[in-house]
Amino acid sequence: MVLSPLAGGFDTTWRSRLESLLSSGRGSGADLVEVFLERTDHIGLLAEQDTITSVSPAFGMGAGIRVFRGDRDGFVSTNDLSDAGLLHALEQALGMLGLAPIASAVGSFEGLKDLRDFGASKTDWLQRCPEIQEATGTLLEGTAALERHGHHLQARRGSYARDWQEVLAAASDGTFARDIRLHQSLGLNVLAADGDHRAGLGRRYGTSGRPDDLRQWDADGSAQEVCSSAGTMLYADYVEAGQMPAVLANRFGGVIFHEACGHLLETTQVERGTTPFADKVGDLIAHEAVTAIDEGLSDGAFGSLCMDDEGMEPQRTVLIENGVLKRFLSDRAGELRTGHARTGSGHRQGHSFAAASRMRNTFIAAGPHSPDELIASVDQGLYCKSMGGGSVGPTGQFNFAVEEGYLIEDGKLTKPVKGATLIGEAKEVMPRISMCANDLELAAGFCGSVSGSIFVTVGQPHIKVDSITVGGR
Amino acid sequence: MDTQTSAQVGTNSKSLNPIQLRDQLEQLARGAGINQWDLGASCSTDTSVQVDRGEAKQMKGAQRSAITVRVWNGDGLVGVTSTSDLSGPGLAKALEGARDASAFGNADETPAFSPLATAPLATLEQPIHRPQSILDLLATLKDAERQLLDRHQAIGTVPYNGLAQRSSERLYLNSDGACRHQQLTTASLYLYARAEETGRKPRSGGAVRLAYGASDLDIAGCIDEAAERTIAHLDYAPIDTGHYTCVFSPEAFLDLVGAFSSLFNARAILDGVSLSSRESLGEQLAAPFLSIHDNGLNPGNVGASAFDGEGTPTKPLALLEGGVIQHFLHSEATARAFGVSPTGHAGMGSKVSVGPDWFEISATPGSDGGQQGLNHLGAASPLVLIESLSALHAGVKASQGSFSLPFDGWLIQNGQRRSIEAATVAGDIRTLLKGLVGFEGPAKVTPDGLCPHVWVDGLSITGEA
Repeated sequence: MVLSPLAGGFDTTWRSRLESLLSSGRGSGADLVEVFLERTDHIGLLAEQDTITSVSPAFGMGAGIRVFRGDRDGFVSTNDLSDAGLLHALEQALGMLGLAPIASAVGSFEGLKDLRDFGASKTDWLQRCPEIQEATGTLLEGTAALERHGHHLQARRGSYARDWQEVLAAASDGTFARDIRLHQSLGLNVLAADGDHRAGLGRRYGTSGRPDDLRQWDADGSAQEVCSSAGTMLYADYVEAGQMPAVLANRFGGVIFHEACGHLLETTQVERGTTPFADKVGDLIAHEAVTAIDEGLSDGAFGSLCMDDEGMEPQRTVLIENGVLKRFLSDRAGELRTGHARTGSGHRQGHSFAAASRMRNTFIAAGPHSPDELIASVDQGLYCKSMGGGSVGPTGQFNFAVEEGYLIEDGKLTKPVKGATLIGEAKEVMPRISMCANDLELAAGFCGSVSGSIFVTVGQPHIKVDSITVGGR
Repeated sequence: MDTQTSAQVGTNSKSLNPIQLRDQLEQLARGAGINQWDLGASCSTDTSVQVDRGEAKQMKGAQRSAITVRVWNGDGLVGVTSTSDLSGPGLAKALEGARDASAFGNADETPAFSPLATAPLATLEQPIHRPQSILDLLATLKDAERQLLDRHQAIGTVPYNGLAQRSSERLYLNSDGACRHQQLTTASLYLYARAEETGRKPRSGGAVRLAYGASDLDIAGCIDEAAERTIAHLDYAPIDTGHYTCVFSPEAFLDLVGAFSSLFNARAILDGVSLSSRESLGEQLAAPFLSIHDNGLNPGNVGASAFDGEGTPTKPLALLEGGVIQHFLHSEATARAFGVSPTGHAGMGSKVSVGPDWFEISATPGSDGGQQGLNHLGAASPLVLIESLSALHAGVKASQGSFSLPFDGWLIQNGQRRSIEAATVAGDIRTLLKGLVGFEGPAKVTPDGLCPHVWVDGLSITGEA
């Protein structure tokens, strides 16, 4: 029998279908078979100036089937959730490992455990989200507020995305878990122009699991923040390049830890041999002022999950404590190949990606100082109030852009500067984070890596880096 | 019976059926009272492998399908919906969703069918290859990895590698009878090696190859290039911060031009986020010997599309000639706003995106071509050879014209080149384009376009010396 999945969701009839599939895989010689089912419902809205210019709904479904034998695995994804489609995908995955599908195979599979249903209380989330009419109205309030607060604005944009996802994870070790997830994000962007001076700036806000989030949004306050930054940066000079101390603001400043160190603490990097920290558990790898945490538990945070994409509940994982490396982030394959125990960090963009160890809400813990103390400790340096995106390469070299920066001169903030890119290597920069302030805050972001683009949170208090390369003009 | 109702319509496990899909949509649209619609659809089957020191690391397969449906309502407003569900109920839901969304269509700018959606298409020479078995792909990649590891004792791993093949189809249909259909097979190989010598920092380098099938991939060339790039960077030194004459590799210059393609993008111009304006046609943007054409039909463009998201044929388009802006990239809606024809660069949506295809960068015929006889290894004063740029998503401010980007490259002095430890290059794209010195060597075919080495004066380099 074939169900029309979008009509009714992943109901109880899936248990027998999945058990049959998993049993067949085990009986054909696989050590472990894992099935990930997904249904999605997305809406994207765009407001430009005072007009809604794009309304883009999308919905979908699919399955990812992964088969392990030894430390090898084969993964196949498909949009075809019929019995025949799933069986075809399983056979392909088995074939990748040199296993021949055996008809009517019965392996040592004891059946799925009772369903752990994290989604049971969330079935009305989609209905509780704002309708398009309400959402477009709120978005237009945002672009109108930009007009009120901004000067020399050539373009004003507001964007909204609502991503709803129902997932079902089942595996031949008995794992059987379901969840419903909801992520909403809002962005405001402006381009200010005055003669040859131009400044493009934006802010994005995001939450998970809060259907009413859009209704709580302070459109006016967000617009004021964006316009204030754009107004300052419009006439800013380009930063002068060189080596200098830097103070990085809280919230999205946490991208430095995410890029410089966080990715290198994923077992994916251990498997590849691309992290310098592979054999450093218990060693001092950062300044003693640094304690860093990754967790999936903070209420409403963009990177929070009730279960990861392998059906495991997330944990609070202390990565670095007072400078000492404590743990790596691990998924099922990471545990199998590196020995690091799973941390509920197996995550993927969707069914067409195999799960991999990924960050969730990742932040440097608060320290004892005030932000002013950090700035006052710098004679000549750079204050990074707002960060753009970044990346890390195969040798651990990281980079990220500074959206809004200021010079620090004699312990005080002076001129705004733009065009800075910070580069460095994790092993060198982590010992140079010498001061942490007491104002930890988180910020929503997106992270693209081996298992696709996922929702994450970065965060930190204000931190001081004793010396870093600032690329500029 | 259940199987029948939710079977994939218009598709089977391997292909789209345009006639069946069109008939299905016409029937559904009639039933819903929808008179005007169009649809873009795609399906693909992918297989790929990755290896790690002689062992299979991951083997992947994927069957994907996707459609985007647009519907025009009674007021002429457009709504859109996308889905991966090509079942009968899925298509019906997509049509219904698009009709609902049309209530929020933008009355100030409503897309229409492209007037060229039934115009003749260029014939592309794209041989269709039978897929290789995934175990054959695995054997090929294992062998390539071993050869690369054997090239130098410092090369310890090839952490980023992959051999992939794809069989895909694209389709465009509309209620006026347009029907575009294209089948394609492609294959790709990438090898990025990591090398480390005792007491020194790890270095990396890599190469990519594309072809219409795995059997046509230039595997030996990919290994050679990845090895040469990785080994060449082992002997590195920091560079002093300052202003240097820079030589961009073809890949790096194409990346930079691509990142600033909003200069030529009519959508960005209408949205007020381009450095260009409607009045920029005829403006001297770059040195008087620079030509930039967009030509998705170039035989070097593996995987070229014969038509865009609106069914408009792909065609060559002069963007810059003699450094002067000649044309912009258009969708149907932007072309209508500018009073010109669509150029074949549209996506599909309620607000249609516009983007470049494949660049051809060269000296303008009849111009002096800039400074002649350029040879970076023979340069008298120090210069920087920029091999590849990183983090373009973060370091390029396209609406402002500025860039500040990490790069891999060499400092060249007295005919000797030495890898640069870590550095960034920063500047303004308009200043850079006007400050071109000239071209070096023959144009090279890359995945993003055709380009020679390009010399530029006075860019800011930040190093760690």
